[in-house]
Amino acid sequence: MAHESTYVPGTGVEKWLDKRLPIVRLMYDSFVDFPSPKNLNYWWTFGGILAICLVIQIVTGIVLAMHYTPHTSLAFESVEHIMRDVNYGWLMRYIHANGASMFFLAVYIHMFRGLYYGSYKEPREMLWILGVIIFLLMMATAFMGYVLPWGQMSFWGATVITNLFGAIPLIGPDITTWLWGGFSVENPTLNRFFSLHYLLPFAIAGVVVLHVWALHIPGNNNPTGIEVKDVKKDTLPFHPYYTVKDGFAIAVFLVVFAIFVFFNPNSLGHPDNYIPADPLVTPAHIVPEWYFLPFYAMLRAITFDIGPISSKLGGVIAMFSSILVLFVLPWLDTSKVRSMRYRPIAKLWFILFVIACIALGYLGGKPAEGSYVFFAQIATLYYFAFFLVILPVLGLIETPTQMPKSISEAVIQKPKPDDGLSTPAAAPAE
Amino acid sequence: MKKTSFNVRNASLSILVLVTLAGAAYAAGGKTKHYKEIDWHFNGPLGTYDADALQRGFQVYQTVCASCHSVDLLSFRNLGQKSGPFYLPSCPAGVPDSIDCANPNENPIVKAIAREYQIDDGPDDSGEMFQRPGLPSDRIPGPYANDQIGRLANNGALPPDLSLIIKARHDGANYVYSLLAGYEDAPETVTIAPGQYYNPYYAGDMSQNLKPEYVDDEGHVVGGVEVPYGGVLAMAPPLIDGIVDYADDDTPETVEQYSKDVVEFLAWAAEPKMEARKNLGIITLGYLLILSGVLYWSYREIWSKVKH
Repeated sequence: MAHESTYVPGTGVEKWLDKRLPIVRLMYDSFVDFPSPKNLNYWWTFGGILAICLVIQIVTGIVLAMHYTPHTSLAFESVEHIMRDVNYGWLMRYIHANGASMFFLAVYIHMFRGLYYGSYKEPREMLWILGVIIFLLMMATAFMGYVLPWGQMSFWGATVITNLFGAIPLIGPDITTWLWGGFSVENPTLNRFFSLHYLLPFAIAGVVVLHVWALHIPGNNNPTGIEVKDVKKDTLPFHPYYTVKDGFAIAVFLVVFAIFVFFNPNSLGHPDNYIPADPLVTPAHIVPEWYFLPFYAMLRAITFDIGPISSKLGGVIAMFSSILVLFVLPWLDTSKVRSMRYRPIAKLWFILFVIACIALGYLGGKPAEGSYVFFAQIATLYYFAFFLVILPVLGLIETPTQMPKSISEAVIQKPKPDDGLSTPAAAPAE
Repeated sequence: MKKTSFNVRNASLSILVLVTLAGAAYAAGGKTKHYKEIDWHFNGPLGTYDADALQRGFQVYQTVCASCHSVDLLSFRNLGQKSGPFYLPSCPAGVPDSIDCANPNENPIVKAIAREYQIDDGPDDSGEMFQRPGLPSDRIPGPYANDQIGRLANNGALPPDLSLIIKARHDGANYVYSLLAGYEDAPETVTIAPGQYYNPYYAGDMSQNLKPEYVDDEGHVVGGVEVPYGGVLAMAPPLIDGIVDYADDDTPETVEQYSKDVVEFLAWAAEPKMEARKNLGIITLGYLLILSGVLYWSYREIWSKVKH
């Protein structure tokens, strides 16, 4: 809800500034007085959590860059220098490395929440699309960041992924050479990955600003998916109601984060990355970080040629399409009802979709052989069918359940706890 | 007061996702025997390094491992750092007051260890390279001047650097312990080439070593024959009972004890800041839990005025 500004400049300085650059007004309208539906549940706290993740990554990353050396013969040792000799370097590096995992954990929950509650639907299509762009930028950033320590998985992961571009017909090999800056993954590759790894987070920050802007025009979706009808009855100002709720959720998230950083800092990484990169020794299993495994599974699930498309190219197409399909999701889902809380059948397909994604993650970490490939193919098929068949068709044939007339009504008549994801706590606890 | 079951459910879902995916990151390697599981002193959120074991482990490394394996990432001064093997919080009797033993560069034990090594240095003012006794700031020299000599001395296979070995292997501490203490005679069904040694914990494919009578014409293993665990490696069993003479008479001089001690030392070498990390972790968690509590209370308080 692009609401009327209620900001009243208090001091003389604020009045002076407000006439020239109303930045305090912008902040006030966006983060203090912004009317937010009163029924947002804890799944809505991940936006704030993600903002914190980005800040943590940028701050620790800048410090790490002060001590890191992007050269193939020095990179590995400079990381160990950070771990051993730089004051609190181990802390910076473990926060940064585990921070990537925490960032993806949060973004996946954030995306599943958007899917379940129909947050991508009119009038929030731009908000969703900007989110998908952020996700793509995150993937590129994380991938290049993982290359920087120049361990075995860094090197071989970079080799496998950059080689994928070679599958593009005609220009593929040239693109790969251009990406590498040479004829294999070598020093020029490491240099440009470092440069881009430093650049892209700021691009992410820029798109995040657009994402927040696009959020503040239509306003938050909410667990009922019903638009705000009466700002007084249906909403609360963002501050203090959601600053405190988000603050609590962020603190709990940081507890989980800290458990990884301080007590299991290497549990999400691969031991092979503590072996310096060696182009002559291929690891037994080349696996990406856990957050890429579902996509890696789809890449390897295409084991057959389709007409002129080789299995390799097919895998690359499947992997990239799995994200590209998200861009058109707002127009694929034909249902007029946003929230799956009122879509009993869609809810079941959604749960199956979550299971398929987790299964793909599991299968991506297994060798591409035997029944693993078969199940990855089934899950890949389901992944695409969910977007391309189930959501378009279901919207036309499904009968939604009775919906409350407004958010305030939904809050007063608490929804029954029959709802796969949201519970009575969907309404603020009290 | 409403139910708070959402917390548990949400949290358990997130953790389930994380655990599933994290678990998937570890693809199993070759078929090796299940590692022996040791209750390490450094295990768990409060685990620390055992200084005595670190010192003995360094002795085992120096006496046995160092003839083939380097620890390139370690300097002598690291040995005298806090939570290192020879850290001295205060000076022993007889050391002059001007010396700060807690400073690894002044630590008398570290200085003595470093002095035993000759370090290449230079060029000097006349342009000549020269050798001098080691200083705490020097890296611990490896056995070979370069990788090529190392390969030449070991039939082409360079013995890996051990600085990070515990972190560079899955379940590293238990793995290295099992490997060192787990050499056994090869089963009857396989042949082992000269210069190779069988170890049930080493990743490999023993079907390649089966005697011809257990493999049919198509290369398949004959029915009823089990392919043994493990693989073959070029490292001869490095430890034998009594090979290292411990100053402390109470500690057994056995392969198991040597293996345990050297793993403790290598675990420290791989993660020398572990104790600082865990200490800070406890403080951080305490702070975050209190913060969460305060924020939750504030949240309840602020929302209690909302009619809904």
